[in-house]
Amino acid sequence: MSEQIPQDLRYTRAHEWTKTADDGVVTIGITAHAVEQLGDITMVTLPDVGAALAAGEAFGDVDSVKAVSELFAPIDGEVIAVNEQLDDAPETVNEAPYGDGWMLKVRPSNPTQLETLLDPAAYDALVQSEQ
Amino acid sequence: MVDFSGWQMPIQYEGILAEHARVREDQGIFDVSHMGEVDFLGPGALDAVQHLITNDIGRLSDLTSLYTAVCLPSGGIVDDCIVYRLHEHHVRIVVNAANIAKDVAHFREHAGELCDIQDRSDEFALLALQGPNAVASLASLTTPELATVPGFALRETTLGGVPVLAARTGYTGEDGFELFVPSDRAQHVWSVLRDAGAHPIGLGARDTLRLEAKLCLYGNDIDETTTPLEAALGWTVKLDAAPFVGAQALREQKAAGVRRKLVGLRVLERGIPRPGWEVHLDGATIGRVTSGGPAPTVGGAVAMAYVETAHAAIGTQLSLAKGKKSVAVEVVKGPFYRRNS
Repeated sequence: MSEQIPQDLRYTRAHEWTKTADDGVVTIGITAHAVEQLGDITMVTLPDVGAALAAGEAFGDVDSVKAVSELFAPIDGEVIAVNEQLDDAPETVNEAPYGDGWMLKVRPSNPTQLETLLDPAAYDALVQSEQ
Repeated sequence: MVDFSGWQMPIQYEGILAEHARVREDQGIFDVSHMGEVDFLGPGALDAVQHLITNDIGRLSDLTSLYTAVCLPSGGIVDDCIVYRLHEHHVRIVVNAANIAKDVAHFREHAGELCDIQDRSDEFALLALQGPNAVASLASLTTPELATVPGFALRETTLGGVPVLAARTGYTGEDGFELFVPSDRAQHVWSVLRDAGAHPIGLGARDTLRLEAKLCLYGNDIDETTTPLEAALGWTVKLDAAPFVGAQALREQKAAGVRRKLVGLRVLERGIPRPGWEVHLDGATIGRVTSGGPAPTVGGAVAMAYVETAHAAIGTQLSLAKGKKSVAVEVVKGPFYRRNS
């Protein structure tokens, strides 16, 4: 399956994506490549609004038919929104990992960390190297 | 021994709680030969099965499997099954014992022209080896390579001189394999596994184990009056893949939203709810318990119930009642028990 890597996002080595809005809020999800590796997702466990994220630390996990996989925070920040639709329909992550399958919205406490994330070309290279 | 769809099956060997712990902590062996095996044979096998299942068979390569629902045109669940792709021209569906005749008739009605459909249930025994020590044990009896087989994949191997098909699937929330064994050699394979340390497990612990893992039991939690979307099995429904029987009804239900949902309930006090108990909120009945029982590993008791969607959110406090008995419960997310992986 060929994957189009969105050009307007930044990525982590743990296969999360981030999208920074004009107001500085960062949306976080997992990539199509991650979804393909996981298989059917049956549950997504996320932190509550107000939780503090620390870059590189686990903030939740994803249950799939294959395994339980941890999610790692791309940046430091405070969770300001959680995609509650995933409680009812975790399959949304499979169906639209870059869209309705988003997981968190975060107010970064250290926005310069965003510049350390992988750009699309670097992430594409990472994915290719894993195949 | 009890009658289960015409099979004489043991409820317990050494006791339900003891057997439950064996599977969570060591390894247990289940004789689940009552399950049915239906084979789809010929060049049309993949198309035939895709037409029957809600999941996407296009995701399977040879020697892999997936869990799926089979639906009526109404979207109601005919059965829940595991589909094994053995070969491009050979797909096996393992179905529930009570449903074999019904399923075969449904399969032939909706896909009979596409390939040869054979009920091979009598040819195979199915033995499940489950628990944290199950994989290493089976690998030592067969080939070390078995330990590297991914979840939901399968391999042909030999066990005690008997050719078996070993699938890394199960119904307990633990790691392990299910073994297709020629019926006339099942007793021998059972003995080999027993001698290697597997504890025999009866129907009673099979139920507590699957309930803790929040796996549906057909006839209790799902049936022809419930849909996969209502049963929290939306992840098995691939409306964007190839068309299947029931897709239109499920597409409409997904667009409109479900009116009720199968939720997991943790009992907050002493008491064990059972199937058929009512779900109450402020004196009104808003649903019915489909499964309930003790949760030996996580403690206390748990239940599954359909409740009106408005009252299905995680954290909602409800009560379950039968006659004068009543217990407080809370809607919780996901499996009650998850193994460390």
